[in-house]
Amino acid sequence: MTAAIALLARDVSLAWREGGAIGVALGFYLMVIAIAPFGLGPDLNLLSRTAPGLLWVALLLAALLSADRIFHNDYEDGTLDVLATGPLPLPIVAASKSLAHWITTCVPLALLAPVLGLLLNLSIETIPLLVLAMLAGTPAVSFIAGIGASLTLGLRRSGLLLALLVLPLYVPVLIFGVSTVSAAITGPGSPWPPLMMLCAISLASMILAPLAAAAALRLNLR
Amino acid sequence: MPDLGTFDLGPHASFIIAAYAVTFAAVAALTLATLADDRKQRRLLAELEAQGITRRSAAKPSDIQKPTVKRSASNQDTGGKKTPA
Amino acid sequence: MTLSITSLANPTRFLSFAGKVIPWLAALVVILLGAGLYLSFFVAPPDYQQGETVRIMFIHVPAAWLGMFGYMVIALSALGTLIWRHPLADVSAKAAAPIGATFTFLALVTGSLWGKPMWGTYWVWDARLTSMLVLFLLYLGLIALWQAIEEPGRAGRAAAILALVGAINIPIIKFSVDWWNTLHQPASVFRSGGPSIDPALLTPLFVMAAAFTVLFVLLHLMAMRAEILRRRVHALQQSRVAHAALAEA
Repeated sequence: MTAAIALLARDVSLAWREGGAIGVALGFYLMVIAIAPFGLGPDLNLLSRTAPGLLWVALLLAALLSADRIFHNDYEDGTLDVLATGPLPLPIVAASKSLAHWITTCVPLALLAPVLGLLLNLSIETIPLLVLAMLAGTPAVSFIAGIGASLTLGLRRSGLLLALLVLPLYVPVLIFGVSTVSAAITGPGSPWPPLMMLCAISLASMILAPLAAAAALRLNLR
Repeated sequence: MPDLGTFDLGPHASFIIAAYAVTFAAVAALTLATLADDRKQRRLLAELEAQGITRRSAAKPSDIQKPTVKRSASNQDTGGKKTPA
Repeated sequence: MTLSITSLANPTRFLSFAGKVIPWLAALVVILLGAGLYLSFFVAPPDYQQGETVRIMFIHVPAAWLGMFGYMVIALSALGTLIWRHPLADVSAKAAAPIGATFTFLALVTGSLWGKPMWGTYWVWDARLTSMLVLFLLYLGLIALWQAIEEPGRAGRAAAILALVGAINIPIIKFSVDWWNTLHQPASVFRSGGPSIDPALLTPLFVMAAAFTVLFVLLHLMAMRAEILRRRVHALQQSRVAHAALAEA
């Protein structure tokens, strides 16, 4: 157990120290939300109605584009081979790295979302629910991205391919994530059922996705 | 017996025809692509066989030293047909 | 000769089996398609709600079924690759993907062409069409992954993992799309042919479905045969390079 936590701590501190990747993800998020109104028009009503959807979609893209980092660096310098033959089961390694991605990429993105929501005239009362929904749904985002990262390890253009493979799998997260917020804005219904579904999907991903990722890692490390 | 005389597809006939046309085109394209792929692989296999490389010629040590032996023995000018493995 | 999945594991045996079966399947397809088209156009009455455009349903619904069938074939083949290590399982999966994707694409296009006269727009985000779209995207991902990995064995296993991940997700995606759809369109959920299909329309539907299924099997066998030959060519080309290199040495 301590080995897994040590691995997690190492990955998180490496990511923080590197800094640039997280900054780029946040900058990308800001960029997409900032230019969206140029495409949609400045009508505040329209923007506030589309804000939850835009914030979620842009978050998915920002998280995905930094996902090939999950295993890439360790694959390149051979650390992944060492980890694969080490005492930690490979699913635990995959889970730890996906969790590190969540902590270092998705959580900052989710915390930035309210600020960007202001650009889109997102109604203030829904901000806590938005952040809650994103924090509940982004573990699924990171862990499913881990599957994509392990499948596309070492391939050219792996970033785009990863996004292509993984985006259809995000449809439920997106649907329930946006519904949580828009249920609070426009009704009908309460935001709690979709939020519960988000939690369920995230929990299921945290358990099952590392198994698939480990299988793909074993395949690519041979 | 169905009335074949008045064959009227109604006001949206173009949509019906378009749907069947796209289906026919897609199925035809898929079939032809598969056939073409099949032919191409057979052609490549035939070319390789003509050069004397067969699946049975997985390198045995004796063959490696004299790779030309097998080739000249099987490259008949008259037929080009390989002796069956 | 006992015919079973294990006895067909040998590629050469499979090739000879395929060669014998394919002509019969082709003949069967022609017969079934002919019967189906005749029934669709000349026997089935125009639906009292939709008029003649119901004839598009005779392609749209079977194509959708075959799109889903294709993914099931891929998922089963994926199990064959990963669990039972059947030698031809990844060949089966790779061959099935373009065929299933084409049927799914046809379901989308015919659904769109059916929708314009029915609902006035070329596309609606109703549960069924949206699910078909997501299925199509899953197919694209599989095909892209195959293209991206060079070595066939590794590509087959990677695609098998992706196929199973997708298969597990499909019920969740379907559930979420249904939920999303009822959230936004509580009024009407369009179902093919209305709440219950007129029995007179069932026969052409099933004949066309049968025709498409046999067509799938036919194209699948043909594609598997081509893929096996492609791998032989590749192996021979490798050995030719090896021979040349050794001859130089």
